[in-house]
Amino acid sequence: MSKKRTVSVPLGPYHPLFEEPEFFNLYCDGERVVDVEWKAGYNHRGIEKLSEGKHWDQVIFLVERICGICSTSHPFAYVNAVENLAGIEIPDRVRYIRSLVGELERIHSHLLWLGLAGHFLGYNTVFMWAWKYREPILDLFEEISGSRQNYAMMKIGGVRRDIPIAKIPLIEKSIADLSPKLEMLSSAILDDPVLSARLKGVGILSKEDISLFGAIGPVARASGVAIDVRKDFPYAAYGMVDWKVITREEGDVLAKAMVRLEECMESIHIIRQCLLGLKRVPEGNIGVEVRDIPGGEGIGRHEAPRGECFHYVKSDGSNQPVRHKIRAPSFMNVPTFMASCVGHTLSDVTIILAGVDPCYCCTERMIRLFDLQRHSLSVSDSSLLERSRQKTRSIAAQLGRKKVWK
Amino acid sequence: MSIASRIFTKSIWVFHLSTGSCNNCDIEILDCLTPKHDLERFGITLVGSIRHADLLLVTGFCTKKNAPRVKTLYEQASKPLLVAAVGACACTGGIFRDDRNYCWNAPLSEVIPVDLFIPGCPPKPEAMISGIVTLLHSFTGRNSK
Amino acid sequence: MKEKKLFIDSIKKSFGRNFLIEKESSGRWYISLKKGQLREVVSFLLKEKGFRFSTASAVDLLHAFEILYHFSADREGIFLSLRLSLKRERPSIPSLSNLLPCALFIEREMRELMGIFFEGHPDKKNLLLPDDWPKGNYPLRKP
Repeated sequence: MSKKRTVSVPLGPYHPLFEEPEFFNLYCDGERVVDVEWKAGYNHRGIEKLSEGKHWDQVIFLVERICGICSTSHPFAYVNAVENLAGIEIPDRVRYIRSLVGELERIHSHLLWLGLAGHFLGYNTVFMWAWKYREPILDLFEEISGSRQNYAMMKIGGVRRDIPIAKIPLIEKSIADLSPKLEMLSSAILDDPVLSARLKGVGILSKEDISLFGAIGPVARASGVAIDVRKDFPYAAYGMVDWKVITREEGDVLAKAMVRLEECMESIHIIRQCLLGLKRVPEGNIGVEVRDIPGGEGIGRHEAPRGECFHYVKSDGSNQPVRHKIRAPSFMNVPTFMASCVGHTLSDVTIILAGVDPCYCCTERMIRLFDLQRHSLSVSDSSLLERSRQKTRSIAAQLGRKKVWK
Repeated sequence: MSIASRIFTKSIWVFHLSTGSCNNCDIEILDCLTPKHDLERFGITLVGSIRHADLLLVTGFCTKKNAPRVKTLYEQASKPLLVAAVGACACTGGIFRDDRNYCWNAPLSEVIPVDLFIPGCPPKPEAMISGIVTLLHSFTGRNSK
Repeated sequence: MKEKKLFIDSIKKSFGRNFLIEKESSGRWYISLKKGQLREVVSFLLKEKGFRFSTASAVDLLHAFEILYHFSADREGIFLSLRLSLKRERPSIPSLSNLLPCALFIEREMRELMGIFFEGHPDKKNLLLPDDWPKGNYPLRKP
């Protein structure tokens, strides 16, 4: 495939909806994508190096800021790694609180994704509704931890704050209010013929693709690969409550959306059981005292909203890590574009990219188009986003839907 | 500054730029446009091109890789343009300001001129709105209290 | 537990006494390898045993580099790390990128941050660092 004689024009280096700078070179033949190249690094912030200069407990505040959306996922995996290294056993109350915070984060993250996916398709109402239903979760976080984001709940050997019995009715009420809204969103998406036409069969990843790319999280589960760290290697309270791994077989963007929505419902089920657990175990026992971290190495993983979040720590017995390796889930999921975008038209590229739910802080969002036929950029003033929305409108028109629920 | 005072007290258009952030501030900025805070009812909207913007919201600590792009973007913008550094990273570098950090370049204020600093990690939407209103009122001489 | 033991025993049996398979107290497994054995073992784990590649991590031990390749057998609940030691002067190791597309990116990251050379890797460009980053400056190496 010739890559010569091409002209690239950056399609707006920073787009308002593409939070982070992300850089893809898309090689296209007319309207079809033939190859994708991923260039990362605009968000590389040297966190692994910084970690080596911080104390074990300071690192938690650092890794919280790897990603704002999955703000508790990285601390969760990190404390799992250090506790694995030092052989620390945590009390049951800590397990319930950690799982509760992790699942609340999963719901807020999936709703955030749903809103953005809706925006990419031109369904701005979905964007506004999903983000509106997200707000009570953020208010809950503020109630539990004092902050809407960066809740700083994790601590080596425990959690930093208890959830007193008095707060449990508030959490129960918020979850109860959210549940019918999630069901409404799920059925609205499934029943909408325009969305089905738009998302079905788009960006399919086969089981073999999942295996070759090491894809994880909802991306893998939407292709029928039932991997979930919470089930396969139970930690926190996930082995103490009853829940199931959500999978779909189709592997397209619609399947990914439905897996995320159904996971929100399952998270509500887990949260309810954690709240029952918190009522059962005595209040106040929120951690064990940890004085020293011995020499050795530890590996900790957490099923973040995007997939397996991996932390490796190595200690020489001092009060700082010798090495801290962090692998965010999107590092494995983003390269699946090389399989899922190829063969699709430019108007589908945005939603396929979004379908993987790249953790924005790991990836950039600038897409360069190389048209191999005309040896030039074929898109002049319309962006890929506008193409995506235009495709939605034309499908709606074809289906004769003048008034579309959007 | 009379042109500026006329422009900046009407519905300002905002361009959002992330220069190496964890995305928390970016999400809170978008949150300002969603139903709970709904800044769009004041005509404040995000635009897709820096050339249409009155206000540039910058998040992230401006890594070495990003700094030249930020500078180019600022130079491409039509003036007058206000710049707001949102979040601890954009204000001072935050937790990433460290001698060990090989990606650390310089604070944003040394790369482009900054008119407003909104600290916080992340700043709450209310804090961002308050900061922007204070900045805009500074053109009319109105006290934001 | 019994299934896990049978699974590990079947791996041990396939390799015979060439490999040291040790279990960490935390329940994870390690296999210590030489770099010439890497591709064969990885191929076996992926194709015969259905492991998933999780990631790879490199550590600068001052006297040597150590790379760990981490694999997860999700159905069986086994986490296995392959441990390899590389000389500190001009560390190099065969690339896994033609066995596993996902190794393309982690190997690029280890190359630019640690200075480990991956033989046969198709892409020599920086992934995370700026293109004009000075050659020979590997940020994650210990000074």
